[in-house]
Amino acid sequence: MGFFTDTSVCIGCKACEVACKEWNDVPDDGLNFLATSYDNTGSLSADSWRHVAFVEQDGASGGVRWLMSSDVCKHCTHAACLDVCPTGALFRTEFDTVVVQADVCNGCGYCVPACPFGVIDKRESDGRVWKCTLCYDRLKSDLEPACAKACPTDSIQFGPLDELRERAATRLGVLREAGVADARLYGADEGDGVGGFGAFFLLLDEPEVYGLPPDPVVTTRDLPRMWRAAAAAALALAGAVAAGFAGRR
Amino acid sequence: MSDTGYYGRPVLKRPVWKWYVPAYFFTGGLAGASSTLALGAAITGNRPLARAARLASAGGMAASFPLLVVDLGRPARFANMLRVAKPTSPMSVGSWLLAAFGPASVAAAAGDLTGRLPRVAAFAGAAAGALGPAMTTYTGVLVADTAIPAWHGAYRELPLLFAGSAAASAGGVAMAATPVEAAGPARRLAALGAVMELGAARAMESRVGGPYATGRAGGLARAAAACTVAGAALTLVARRRRGAAVGAGGLLAAGSVLTRFSVFRAGFESADDPGATIGPQRLRRR
Repeated sequence: MGFFTDTSVCIGCKACEVACKEWNDVPDDGLNFLATSYDNTGSLSADSWRHVAFVEQDGASGGVRWLMSSDVCKHCTHAACLDVCPTGALFRTEFDTVVVQADVCNGCGYCVPACPFGVIDKRESDGRVWKCTLCYDRLKSDLEPACAKACPTDSIQFGPLDELRERAATRLGVLREAGVADARLYGADEGDGVGGFGAFFLLLDEPEVYGLPPDPVVTTRDLPRMWRAAAAAALALAGAVAAGFAGRR
Repeated sequence: MSDTGYYGRPVLKRPVWKWYVPAYFFTGGLAGASSTLALGAAITGNRPLARAARLASAGGMAASFPLLVVDLGRPARFANMLRVAKPTSPMSVGSWLLAAFGPASVAAAAGDLTGRLPRVAAFAGAAAGALGPAMTTYTGVLVADTAIPAWHGAYRELPLLFAGSAAASAGGVAMAATPVEAAGPARRLAALGAVMELGAARAMESRVGGPYATGRAGGLARAAAACTVAGAALTLVARRRRGAAVGAGGLLAAGSVLTRFSVFRAGFESADDPGATIGPQRLRRR
């Protein structure tokens, strides 16, 4: 199960942010004025599991093109946060989502720099890491996640991924036909660097415009090569010690 | 579109690790390389060197555990590190490595000091010596196995850099703590380690560049190289003079500390820079 966020119908109401905070009892992270269009949330964090981005661009025929997009944890098929977690606190659920077990996390912080999207973060007041659970508790009760439930335009859609991908492809076709040449799917391809997102998007511009990495890759893809480099370096060290004893006294 | 992305905000989150982590990279590396040096000294019957290296190893371990526990958001849950064993997590691999190496290192030192249970101490020393090289290099994988461009991009060089840095510090500390006539192997390990450390740092700077060459991380890297070069040069005099050995050991250890903090710092600068994340990915996609 996953999300398809169709940003072409997002109206920037932030009902998703509110619904998420209310349902999941996510603490407030301050009333800040960031002077970045209507965005005073800034980014996803330990205390913001949905984040509506607002991008103001010069329109083609004068005026402003206003892009809005509700960002969320991508629930990667190959999730770096889960791979590097040393305690097993991060796990893959029966819904193929990625969730932190708060009673296991010891706050080592390894998942934070491992995430290629900068999603998961440590809550300083608490010491543990937090992120979107795709409303694990609601899914267990056959309810859709709070953000999708609250979204008034169905910009956030919840369902089985193959169904969502089909719907997204159809929607992309409609937009392209209507002349929206920059429309594209982001994270719908299972062949990408993280094996496809469990929460993918339809964007109206390059991913980086929304603060998203254009070609994210799970860091552990290179791990076998890293371990080989470490083994070679360990041998070099053992060799250096041995050479020290082989020399003159 | 520009490389600054969304209002110039970082794409990645900064690491939440504090100075305890690079400090541990130093103490853990010192402990690891010292144990291997001690094993060599024990095999060749060099008792003063074996004792100095065993004590350096146990000292490094004694400092390592509090550093690692204090850095956790929930220190009381440190034992959760041994809840699972995951080869995909270098921190999990390192935790199990430490669980074996730490007690062995301390037992070897305790056996040397007290003379009790010589067979247990010898076995502990052999185990610690065998695991030592892994202790010095897994931390390079630990930082490389992240999304941070400066860390991930340097995965080929980081283990060698940390191994060389650990060898230089272990050789340095052992030659400072051992009479000059017994310290030959320590001096040679220190010199070889310094060459490895300087060579890996140079390779990393030219291949990955970025924060390793500029800013605060670049400054730390230059200070590290200066200390290491000076320490290695002084090692040549340390054959005759104990004072020179102490000075060389101090300089090499300082260079080793600075190397770890330089790498640590570079990761923060890289994570804060949206262009470092977006730029290479955009090139890759084209």
